[in-house]
Amino acid sequence: MTSPAIKINGVHKYFGSLHALKGVDLTIEQGEFFALLGPNGAGKSTLINILAGLIKPSAGNIAVMDFDVVHQYQQARQLLGVVPQELVFDPFFNVREMLRFQAGYFGRGPENDPWIDEILEGLGLTDKAHTNMRKLSGGMKRRALIAQALAHKPPVIVLDEPTAGVDVELRQMLWEFIKKLNRAGHTIILTTHYLEEAEALCSRVAMMKQGEIVALDSTSNLLNKFAGKQLRLSLGKVTLPQGLLPMLRVQDNGIFTFALSDMEQIEMVLSGLRAANIKVLDMQLSEADLEDVFLSLVGNHS
Amino acid sequence: MMESIKINASIRGPWTLLKKELLRFWRVAFQTVAAPVITALLYLLIFSHVLDKQVQVYDKVPYTAFLIPGLIMMSVLQNAFANSSSSLIQSKVMGNLVFVLLTPLTHLQFFTAFLFAAIIRGLVVGLCIFLVAMWFVDIHMANPWLIIAFALLGSALLGTFGIIAGIWADRFDQMAAFQNFIIMPLSFLSGVFYSIHSLPPFWQKASQLNPFFYMIDGFRYGFFGKGDVSPLISLSVVGLSFLVLAWITLKMLKSGYKLRT
Repeated sequence: MTSPAIKINGVHKYFGSLHALKGVDLTIEQGEFFALLGPNGAGKSTLINILAGLIKPSAGNIAVMDFDVVHQYQQARQLLGVVPQELVFDPFFNVREMLRFQAGYFGRGPENDPWIDEILEGLGLTDKAHTNMRKLSGGMKRRALIAQALAHKPPVIVLDEPTAGVDVELRQMLWEFIKKLNRAGHTIILTTHYLEEAEALCSRVAMMKQGEIVALDSTSNLLNKFAGKQLRLSLGKVTLPQGLLPMLRVQDNGIFTFALSDMEQIEMVLSGLRAANIKVLDMQLSEADLEDVFLSLVGNHS
Repeated sequence: MMESIKINASIRGPWTLLKKELLRFWRVAFQTVAAPVITALLYLLIFSHVLDKQVQVYDKVPYTAFLIPGLIMMSVLQNAFANSSSSLIQSKVMGNLVFVLLTPLTHLQFFTAFLFAAIIRGLVVGLCIFLVAMWFVDIHMANPWLIIAFALLGSALLGTFGIIAGIWADRFDQMAAFQNFIIMPLSFLSGVFYSIHSLPPFWQKASQLNPFFYMIDGFRYGFFGKGDVSPLISLSVVGLSFLVLAWITLKMLKSGYKLRT
């Protein structure tokens, strides 16, 4: 059996009196496209920074393909490409120089140049290869930042909010390239605020809240489990029959939202209402998305 | 040119960091090399014009000739410090130090790359001043090996001190305080412009607590074969200071002080 791409074991982190991570356990297998979601302050970036070796854990450990990120940091970092969240750059050099330096830090020399060309091409940076980092637009800087994390061709790639403030065109291009890397066997771990991105791309999702993982499942299971479909009924001021209460998610001003796991439950709701002599004034059926799951799990403060 | 050198994969990491650090100062050589050379030459012109006829520090050594080694060494030291400290503080403030922190480079490799870049910047500036000064004065070298030893050790010591300052400082004004309140006074009060024997006894004693004094005096000894103290004492003080600072720096880097929280 292959070793997991990432294995996180009981990781705690304290910043003074703040308990930022409260015993996180998580295993991500090789080849996965994994999303780590959560509101600001949930601990996603802290967890990623511990993985990257930028922050030390207060307790617990993380291994990248069985290499401990603290005690075997050289091997672990060799396997890891992390795209930092902040839009940082080195103003002294052009894009190609930065990529060569970045690959060089990992021991890769001129033999790595074809791969650098491939990254430049895949991220639409080829014609900016000789442009100084300082002169790039924000979107281009973001691409260069992603390119730098990939320069040493790491098998495990971590993207921390890679599309924050990025236009639609780049998001499309970026995801096409990342999907291609994933198909080629790279493990992708993504944190994002754009839940539709996680839904469209990721096979598995972990949701974090206040330093803990509150949900961990395949994207489809999460969607089914929490709300396969949503039925919004406008009923006016009525009292629901007891039998329908377990399905009720939200009640607001005479509008009742039910979470359904399959279509047959629609009939159940409607017949229940008919039996109680409640008239349906309006009806809307929608697919649940990760946002619903997210909101129902972590509350409304993202 | 650098590409053509065959590099073993295991040292490519630190070599790349060194190369990046060298290119960083070379790209702005006008500011990092030309400017300190001009400054040193202005000191030389002004002080030699004012004092050459009136002051003689050693027998048969004109003041201008006495001044040159001190000015060279002062520039070597200041620029070695400036290289590592400004590179680190800039990378920290800009946030791009993360690119190095994410790599498998060890703390020793990190230290070595920044150290050598600082030494090379110091030596390049010193050599330029030396070459230009040769136009003004006949420069005699009593012991070239001492000159090389002090230039290397001095730039290593200040390069290391620059790494400590760069790691410690969080803002540019903190770094400026380091420069203005530590490096400048220590280098100006080290006997660059005078022999400490010309000072009152108390200040002679005080000067002997200044490590810059030993670097300047030892370096100058290499030129004239004489100085305020024995070059062996100077070499020991400078060498020991370097070892202590290098040990502190490696401890800081290994613990991740201010770099990995």
